[in-house]
Amino acid sequence: MAAKPRCIIIGASHAAAQLAPTLRQQGWTGSISMISNEYALPYHRPPLSKDYLAGIKTAEQILIRPAAVYSKCNVGITMGVTAAAIDRSNKQVRLEDGMALDYDKLVLTTGARVRKIDIPGVELNGVFYLRDLNHAQQIKMSTGVNKRAVIIGGGYIGLETASALCKLGMQVTVLEAMPRILQRVTAPEVAAFYARVHAEEGVEIIADVQAVSISGDKQVESVQCHDGTEYEADIVIIGVGVIPNTELAEQAGLKVDNGIVVDEYARTSDEDILAAGDCTSHYNPIYQRHLRLESVQNALDQASVAANTICGNLKPYSALPWFWSDQYDLKLQIAGLSQGYTDVVVRGDIDGSRSFAAFYMREGKLLAVDAVNRPQEFMFGKKLIMQGNELDPAQLADESLSLKALLAS
Amino acid sequence: MPRVTYIQADGQSQEVNLEAGSSLMQGALDNMIDGIVAECGGSCSCATCHCYIDADWIDKVEPAEEMETDLLDCVSEPKDNSRLSCQVKVSDSLDGLVVHLPTTQF
Repeated sequence: MAAKPRCIIIGASHAAAQLAPTLRQQGWTGSISMISNEYALPYHRPPLSKDYLAGIKTAEQILIRPAAVYSKCNVGITMGVTAAAIDRSNKQVRLEDGMALDYDKLVLTTGARVRKIDIPGVELNGVFYLRDLNHAQQIKMSTGVNKRAVIIGGGYIGLETASALCKLGMQVTVLEAMPRILQRVTAPEVAAFYARVHAEEGVEIIADVQAVSISGDKQVESVQCHDGTEYEADIVIIGVGVIPNTELAEQAGLKVDNGIVVDEYARTSDEDILAAGDCTSHYNPIYQRHLRLESVQNALDQASVAANTICGNLKPYSALPWFWSDQYDLKLQIAGLSQGYTDVVVRGDIDGSRSFAAFYMREGKLLAVDAVNRPQEFMFGKKLIMQGNELDPAQLADESLSLKALLAS
Repeated sequence: MPRVTYIQADGQSQEVNLEAGSSLMQGALDNMIDGIVAECGGSCSCATCHCYIDADWIDKVEPAEEMETDLLDCVSEPKDNSRLSCQVKVSDSLDGLVVHLPTTQF
């Protein structure tokens, strides 16, 4: 009798938490082992900079699935262990302690890690990055009413963190090196909106300023900038992006190009090795280019595709990327990718209210929507992007017209 | 622990016990019930955990807030008893609740 096939998943991420149960649902009868270098079951990462940090949710409450689900699915989870290498010719994963595990199918859900900055003083106590539960726990222990926080980086992570710390009664300053916050991901109008709301909430945002050093005696005391300005700080949080964890794949000779390259079935250049989530680069048929996405949607959808592929159901991955960001009373939902837009159409009062939608257009077609407290614009926006028809900007901006009316029947 | 029955569009049903205070969405995920996708993990952002509350129970669950009703307008096949399962918390008074799942979340 042939031995049962073995599936190893490296990284206990969103993708892994989706993959393992989906494998069982799709009929995988072999073993499933998850290897994690963290000490927690897979958890939701988005709340780390939001409800977890603000003390609204506990570590237990952000678990993607309770422990019982993994035992019910007979998924073995090894925590606190780092995979050191993949030996493709022997189909083995080598752990850093020297142990070797055999696989028939291997899935890399290794995610991404924070981009570090190299300035004097980053090693001081009270200086943090934010990606893992461990980071968020440390930050949380250092928060306190009226304490001063300086956040380096005005992207979504930095701004969400600012909002959460502000809720905790801290005095928050955000330093952004680019001429405006959210430079990489939104239109100037949307960035200006967020700058206004943060100012209204009492968070100071300073753009076009580069942090050059952090000083203090063991404990951080202040951040110095290139223009000679200085900001006092009890804690500093650095949020300047992430780098995909592709080293294992690279060392194993798999194709890597800004992420582990996978096909539409989540297969790497070795058909017995699959990958899903933030660590991958895939071709998106809607935008007709290779994408490396940092999103929950991508992690979940690609993991489902990977599980199906392993079980012999080839279902190509083709999804519209979407994202969300919660700050204060603002629920931002983003449909699609705005890169390459030529025009922005705004629906609603972006200058005075806290509810609007921004439509990113190219050649008369909709590329992406940023919807703030506008769930309908988000939902119908998704459908309009997928339809790919030319749209009249005046109609998009006209609040008396439902977006539903613009959908081709 | 309140007992909840989830009925799939094809009529298959599963009865499970949920912790009081947990959502119908979390209950479905924890018990590997198909048909609830829950991309956003329960933050009322994605409308991929749509369900229908059984007619006998619809008056007993707390009504939806505006964000949820706006999202419900956009799901495929919305009905008067449509809810996002992430926003419905179970309690002992909902013991016996029956939930119907839609044919698709997209």
